[in-house]
Amino acid sequence: MPDDLNWAIGGEAGDGIDSTGKIFAQALSRAGRHVFTSKDFASRIRGGYTAYKIRSSTDRVESVVDRLDILVALTERTIDENLDELHDGSVIIYDGERTEMEDIEIPGDMTGLSVPLQRLAEEAGGAIMQNIVALGAACEVTNFPIENLDSALEKKFGNKGESIVSNNKDAARKGQEFVAEEFDHEFDYDLDTTDNDYVLLNGDEAIGMGAIAAGCRFYAGYPITPATDVMEYLTGRIEQFGGEVVQAEDELSAINMALGAARAGARSMTATSGPGIDLMTETFGLVATSETPLVIADVMRSGPSTGMPTKQEQGDLNMTLYGGHGEIPRFVVAPTNVGECFQKTVEAFNLAEKYQTPVFLLADLSMAVTEQTFDPEVFDMDAVEIDRGKVVDDDEVEAWTDERDRFQPHFSTADGISPRALPGTENAAHMSTGLEHNALGRRTEDTDVRIEQVDKRNRKVETAQNEEDWSPREFGNPESDNLVISWGSNEGAMREALDYLDEEDIDVRFLSVPYIFPRPDLSDDIEAADEVIVVECNESGQFADILEHDALTRVKRVNKYNGIRFKADELAEEIEAKLQSEEVEA
Amino acid sequence: MSSDVRFTDFKSDKQPTWCPGCGDFGTMNGMMKALANTGNDPDNTFVVAGIGCSGKIGTYMHSYALHGVHGRALPVGTGVKLANPDLEVMVAGGDGDGYSIGAGHFIHAVRRNVDMTYCVMDNRIYGLTKGQASPTSREDFETSTTPEGPKQPPVNPLALALSAGGSFIAQSFSTDAQRHAEIVQKAIEHDGFGFVNVFSPCVTFNDVDTYDYFRDSIVDLDDEDHDPTDRDAAKDKILDADKEYQGILYQDEESVPYSDLHGLDSNMADIPDGAPEGAMDLVREFY
Repeated sequence: MPDDLNWAIGGEAGDGIDSTGKIFAQALSRAGRHVFTSKDFASRIRGGYTAYKIRSSTDRVESVVDRLDILVALTERTIDENLDELHDGSVIIYDGERTEMEDIEIPGDMTGLSVPLQRLAEEAGGAIMQNIVALGAACEVTNFPIENLDSALEKKFGNKGESIVSNNKDAARKGQEFVAEEFDHEFDYDLDTTDNDYVLLNGDEAIGMGAIAAGCRFYAGYPITPATDVMEYLTGRIEQFGGEVVQAEDELSAINMALGAARAGARSMTATSGPGIDLMTETFGLVATSETPLVIADVMRSGPSTGMPTKQEQGDLNMTLYGGHGEIPRFVVAPTNVGECFQKTVEAFNLAEKYQTPVFLLADLSMAVTEQTFDPEVFDMDAVEIDRGKVVDDDEVEAWTDERDRFQPHFSTADGISPRALPGTENAAHMSTGLEHNALGRRTEDTDVRIEQVDKRNRKVETAQNEEDWSPREFGNPESDNLVISWGSNEGAMREALDYLDEEDIDVRFLSVPYIFPRPDLSDDIEAADEVIVVECNESGQFADILEHDALTRVKRVNKYNGIRFKADELAEEIEAKLQSEEVEA
Repeated sequence: MSSDVRFTDFKSDKQPTWCPGCGDFGTMNGMMKALANTGNDPDNTFVVAGIGCSGKIGTYMHSYALHGVHGRALPVGTGVKLANPDLEVMVAGGDGDGYSIGAGHFIHAVRRNVDMTYCVMDNRIYGLTKGQASPTSREDFETSTTPEGPKQPPVNPLALALSAGGSFIAQSFSTDAQRHAEIVQKAIEHDGFGFVNVFSPCVTFNDVDTYDYFRDSIVDLDDEDHDPTDRDAAKDKILDADKEYQGILYQDEESVPYSDLHGLDSNMADIPDGAPEGAMDLVREFY
């Protein structure tokens, strides 16, 4: 068996699946192994099937695959749910002493390890630790040094007291010893450790961390899956840096509070998901016309309407790109992996202030709830640069006043960017409005001024197009005639798919695009390729439509919209099939 | 802040387009007087308004200001004040803006108790859309969209504020210039969310709730020996549908504003040139 291990714990929501999975993920990370997690969860608090899956290797892992090696099954349904991914060598750990599990049939040639999780947990101090017993058992099956689990337990329970920690360590050892003594079995799995230091976090946490690093001090939001983790991360942390999180009464309030804080001069943001973005739409235009810097994160989930709140989709691209009445200059930035969630959040704040526009940070559920290991350098705080744009101080105000000494906050400059005076600046008091306005910010219906202001605002986008680097990230063979393009969290699966394709002697050039608007001009790349495939998690191919429009040519599409992210092996198969298919020629 | 600020310093050079005789003139003048009297100047004042006749106020006043979308002025004001506690934040709205589309925000702004002042220009009608019923219109008030009256009782904004835990609840009449300015001044001086419902008659579309009507019916709480710190007394007055009161109905003298409760005293606009000191701890947390 390869060193690439796929492990899962599954049971009913409320069984502590998530926290148990996270403890094991942390133990693996602390042992210098790479980790990539995924979650199967339903939109309910208790009951129903839920699972936490970990893929781990000493090499970098970027996606999930269709294989499950070790499964901790707290319910019989957990086995049924994962039957497709289990294989002959899989090991299933379950509590055969529980009445509902005693008649379980282990499919095929899989190995069933009946471990009395509950009884051993009680012996260690409480039935609540049954999942930890299972983790100890998993350590034995994989020859994984249990000291790494100890350290994850210390981290998890350290603040609950020494006895809780030692009870949990004891519970883990009981699971480990039970497997060692009862099962005279050479397992196929042997997990190496390394000396590497990794950090383990998910996309929402990376967005929150990026916000604090970028100087964001005000966050207003309304809880919504899967964006809530951003708010939960910031709560309790942003205060340490002089900031505040406000749980607003609704999304309309959230975005308007964030707008208010931004007008007061704070770096400010809100985060939501599809239904919340719909509610916030009213204010997009106000943010843009009042030229207020604001970061609006949309962590996408399956739509439309309430859709599938706990499932993956990239269906809001058009919404963030076109949402709102009238025409709104804006930026849409879509990080492609968890590390980029950090970097692009920092960048989003700089773009917002430099160009005084709304910046949409478009993330998706797969990335938001996925914990992934990174070298800590990926989150390099020393590399964080802050660009506050054209903020004028008391002395500079005079240069931007009209003949009556009135400050002109919407002065039409060559680059489209106006001077910005934060409230409190002397002699610069002014009004901003969602009404069309003149350079002073006052309402106008003057046709010439209207055109001047619309052009001025749009000029910011042109300036940004010229001044910033909107390049895509490139992988695979740069000379290949097969071009695959994706955006958002598909990057990881696609990077691994390149390896699968390579095994089939199919070479591919892969461009992962983190910028939707402005975006790189890919027409030459598309023109130069024989085959162009755009990969995205939606039905219609929203990004494919855009690229077709830009390059004036048809592209092939690989779309997935069943609520599950792309898996690397599956994606490779789809790409291969698409390359061979005759459909869609230019 | 400078001590020689006059209320006219808060006036912009833009002539209001309110109808001649509109109650909003008096409402705005009182707000400007109150701001000057409390030692504020235009550079440290932020005025927020929504949509409608009331929404135009930011244009006619001189200060930092935002004219936002319909009904959302209070969240904007909340963001401004929390981000920079040095600013004096004044939010203006109308009865439609505040009690209809923005009713949810109103209740939550009241209970959040951010230290700002909210003046609602209540004319009991939709003026700018030319005469439809508002949430404070009388049950039998005939309009273009309610030919037989709204057939539902009016909202009692003072009762909403009291039930939501309001710490300063007042009502004034825009034409009673001195009293109105004095009430708004007390709202500004209050530590917390100062709410003033201002009778601000619409001379064009409302022929019921007129200047004469208010002049004849208004009762000043000072003449009634009302104790504004007595919440039960306030409740009785607020629920008395037969009278139009002017004055401070309720003030919680123990009120602790949101910023104090949450230890927010710095200007959030002041940030370092790079990641803040201690930011590496955020990364270490994930080891």
